[in-house]
Amino acid sequence: MTNVSDLIRSIEHVKEEVPRLRTGDTVRVHTRIVEGDRERLQVFQGIVIRQQGSGAARTFTVRRVASHGIGVERTFPLHSPRVEKIEVVSRAQVRRAKLYFLRGRRGKSARLKEERERA
Amino acid sequence: MRGILGKKLGMGQIFNEKGEAVPVTVIQAGPCYVTQVRTPERDGYAAIQLGFEEVKPSRLTKPQRVHLSKRNVPALRYLREIRAGDIDQYQEGQKIDVSIFQVGTFVDVTGRSKGRGFAGVVKRHRFGGGPKTHGQSDRWRAPGAISAGSTPGRVFKGLRMAGRMGNERVTVQNLEVVMVDPARNLLVVKGAVPGARNELLIIREARKTTVSKKRR
Repeated sequence: MTNVSDLIRSIEHVKEEVPRLRTGDTVRVHTRIVEGDRERLQVFQGIVIRQQGSGAARTFTVRRVASHGIGVERTFPLHSPRVEKIEVVSRAQVRRAKLYFLRGRRGKSARLKEERERA
Repeated sequence: MRGILGKKLGMGQIFNEKGEAVPVTVIQAGPCYVTQVRTPERDGYAAIQLGFEEVKPSRLTKPQRVHLSKRNVPALRYLREIRAGDIDQYQEGQKIDVSIFQVGTFVDVTGRSKGRGFAGVVKRHRFGGGPKTHGQSDRWRAPGAISAGSTPGRVFKGLRMAGRMGNERVTVQNLEVVMVDPARNLLVVKGAVPGARNELLIIREARKTTVSKKRR
């Protein structure tokens, strides 16, 4: 018999191709929104502050500062069919896996160091 | 009565057609053999005895081996009976696999729950426990008063107290069948099922729900 965890993985709905996200990435997430019987795409742009879970249950959280300086965080299931596309806009140099410290900051101090060119 | 024996393999997550995440349990279901048919005339009740999981014949006792070889069935580790009114549909030696279940129907799953050992009243009976603060000590998970004073002057029978929890037969009803894979003998069911991995499960068609609950 095959390995049980491989077997369960073969049943779970995992997307074939998914961008390799890292915390600190600035991303544009295109989500499918159903309104009545109309469907449209919505874009949410912000910084990935957390990734969590494994397999089909993996999720990531994007934080952006909306109008009037109000922080908005949305958590997306990475493999959800409602997440149409994830574009990585830019990457940043970060030294921790969870960027919760951004929540307490605003303006200039809430910026991250841009990633330098890597060979 | 459709039924099959199986083994809990583990849990995972899939997305339904609406894009919602659904927790699922993967069950190794069958193949099973009908090892005996119980008839009201001979046994006083109607049931089928199912056997599951092939083993080396040397793992069984001689009476078990003879019981199975008489029905031309391989050596099987588990034998369990399922009450069935429609016993004339089954013959001894018949093979049963997951294809008896359809996606979208509902099943009841029976197994043995995980043993929790000697558990307190908060875990075992979902008591609230006592206050943590305001000068309290040793009261967080205490059961509180167990009875009044001189009247009645005793503790009522059946009062919920700490004790052994789990490791008992539990049936979860009305689990939706999400996937059936006869090639790999897999049954995928929405929600959780009693017991740890590798637990023996009895899967029967749901007693209370027969049609799909899905609206739309």
